[in-house]
Amino acid sequence: MALSTEAATPKSSPSNPLSRMWRDARIRAIILQVLTLVGVIAFFGWLVMNTAYNLSQRNMSAGFGFLDVSAGFGIGFTLVEYQEGDSYLRVFYVGILNTLLVAVVAIFLATVLGLIVGLARLSDNWLIGKIARCYVELLRNTPLLLQIIAWYFGVFNLLPRPKQSIELAEGFVLNNRGFYLPAPVPEAGFNIVLITFAAAVIFAIGLYRWASVRLDKTGKAFPAISTGIAVIICAPLAVHLALGAPLGWDIPVLKGFNFTGGTSVPPSFCALIVALSAYTSCFIAEIVRAGIQSVSKGQLEAAGALNLPPNWTLRRVVMPQALRVIIPPLISQYLNVTKNSSLAIAIGFPDLVSVWMNTSLNQSGRAIPIVAMTMAFYCLVSLSVSLVMNYYNKRALLKER
Amino acid sequence: MNIKLIASVGVALGLVVPTAGFAQATLATVKERGYMNCQVGLPTPGFYALADDGTWSGLDVDMCRGVSAAIFGDPDKLEFQSVTSAVRFTALASGESDMLSRTTTWTAVRDTQLGLDFTAINFYDGQGFVVPIDSGINSAMELDGATVCVVTGTTTELNLADFFRANDMSFTPVTNENVNVIVETYLGGGCDAYTNDKSGLAARRSAFPVPNEHKILPETVSKEPLGPVVRQGDDGWANLVRWVMYGIINAEELGVTQANVAEMAATPPNPNVARLLGAEGNIGEELGVSADFMVNVISAIGNYGEAYERHVGANTPIGIPREGSLNALWTQGGIVYAPPFR
Repeated sequence: MALSTEAATPKSSPSNPLSRMWRDARIRAIILQVLTLVGVIAFFGWLVMNTAYNLSQRNMSAGFGFLDVSAGFGIGFTLVEYQEGDSYLRVFYVGILNTLLVAVVAIFLATVLGLIVGLARLSDNWLIGKIARCYVELLRNTPLLLQIIAWYFGVFNLLPRPKQSIELAEGFVLNNRGFYLPAPVPEAGFNIVLITFAAAVIFAIGLYRWASVRLDKTGKAFPAISTGIAVIICAPLAVHLALGAPLGWDIPVLKGFNFTGGTSVPPSFCALIVALSAYTSCFIAEIVRAGIQSVSKGQLEAAGALNLPPNWTLRRVVMPQALRVIIPPLISQYLNVTKNSSLAIAIGFPDLVSVWMNTSLNQSGRAIPIVAMTMAFYCLVSLSVSLVMNYYNKRALLKER
Repeated sequence: MNIKLIASVGVALGLVVPTAGFAQATLATVKERGYMNCQVGLPTPGFYALADDGTWSGLDVDMCRGVSAAIFGDPDKLEFQSVTSAVRFTALASGESDMLSRTTTWTAVRDTQLGLDFTAINFYDGQGFVVPIDSGINSAMELDGATVCVVTGTTTELNLADFFRANDMSFTPVTNENVNVIVETYLGGGCDAYTNDKSGLAARRSAFPVPNEHKILPETVSKEPLGPVVRQGDDGWANLVRWVMYGIINAEELGVTQANVAEMAATPPNPNVARLLGAEGNIGEELGVSADFMVNVISAIGNYGEAYERHVGANTPIGIPREGSLNALWTQGGIVYAPPFR
């Protein structure tokens, strides 16, 4: 092989041109890199060929031809229209949406919860600090899978049956088949409310920009955040009421076996979300605490000496410095949530791993294409999340001059 | 250092590329290893039940024990692999298991696309539903809108969807790959009905805390021929498994039982029995086992009827009556039939 001749050359005389090339560090680096690249390509080529060979040896079908074949099984929870006769490709799509839903909801809840718990851990109040500490230590030191199963079997599966459902409020029903809530039904004119809402958001962002520019220039403050929130809430509400409330509600009602109408999520979804967000919130809480404690005490004292109001101290002094410490580990946590959502399979929530890598794989028998597609999806999602977060991280970094 | 590393990786690649084929016959491998890898499912009464002392028993386990007896003269040269439904075929096709015997339905897709070979049928089943009696449901046609528990990755899951589609009814599936989780969810009220093959329903129901609070609905919504499966491409091994199964059916037809097999082997009453028990002909040798392999099989597990009655028959907790069912011998109104042993 070419490799062995390369390995042997250094022994020959220095006047040999090959040997001189080898002594040149730059050329040597290029040669080594080319060899490594060839090695890597050869390795993957061998993997693919070996797999194809072994599959044909075992008389197993491969390829993506099965994707437009009818799947034939039902899925318990879907965000888009799905029928039993739909294709495997549709199942893949349903699974992706379910996984993304879990990831987005869990990331949002974990962040809010983590921020609150992280701040509570720093509280001067002894009791609040200790409760937050217990929460963190208990949840982050037990396996996530165990927590998911405990929430499912210990809580959501033990809720009353549909006929004895817990009615939290008009239209909000909780039973062991899921959580039922009213579904909004937009009527004519509701588009205008949505447009107003979008306009209000844009206005609020503009207002905030304007206020910070003015603050930098003149030192005069303007309550941009509270004004902005007020505009975002009040403007669409006013338009909504002026148009005669063009939004109906489809309220779930008990019919036959169970509640119908409205919108609902299964108990497995509730268990998964609660477990995932509680577990991840512990790590986020510690990250937040670490970030805030990394800001030196002198900064706080300086802010106090300038007589800055406490919320300004947090927003303008502590947070910008803490975020630099917080964001990189936070990215990892967001990626973890996305990947951990695949534990849904233990309690049967139809996420991508459950409907695609388990049910579809088993019904169609196409292990290799299915596993490859699943891996590609998780890889793509993780890379996108870290891309977005890295961009934000770059903005929050210390601007050195 | 770097060069050495790269060079050695290159050499390693060169060595690995000509991957060994898959040619070694299963029977030779099993004999050499000294035991057989028998894949069963998660413990299920009657078919593959797990006792407190760790021993397996049941109708499907007896298929493995029979094959082990045929090869080694000892029914217990077995390593049991308890695998979820979802990964059963991968485990078999990849060579982890030598044989799969676990209430698995014979279908065209499985037989032709998964690298599997279905050998014979040891139980004719059909899918049904079990519901709590206090639900007041008397027919599967009343299940419109119901939430139904089902193990994922099974034909049951597909038949369930077909049944509701065909009858223009809607349902919400609650799925899990673990049958124990599914049963627990059903018992906790997480679904209105639990669906499985009727034999499986009877077996599971017998293990419910209060079996009498649940009933199996009369409808049978599918046909489920269950039987042992082997890897495709090893016809000799498939033949052995197939003829152990046919052998115990022939034994029942000929009146050979666990109790009288030794006597029958010594003094065969007719040529058919003589051929079955190896006194005449060379069927055993051609299969790669001893001539009297069926003597070992029948001494270990009895004939088909005995195995059936011992594990799932009317006098067991499972209690699936054989008389008048598809699983009776063809001479007694059923469809259990085997080609002649000659």
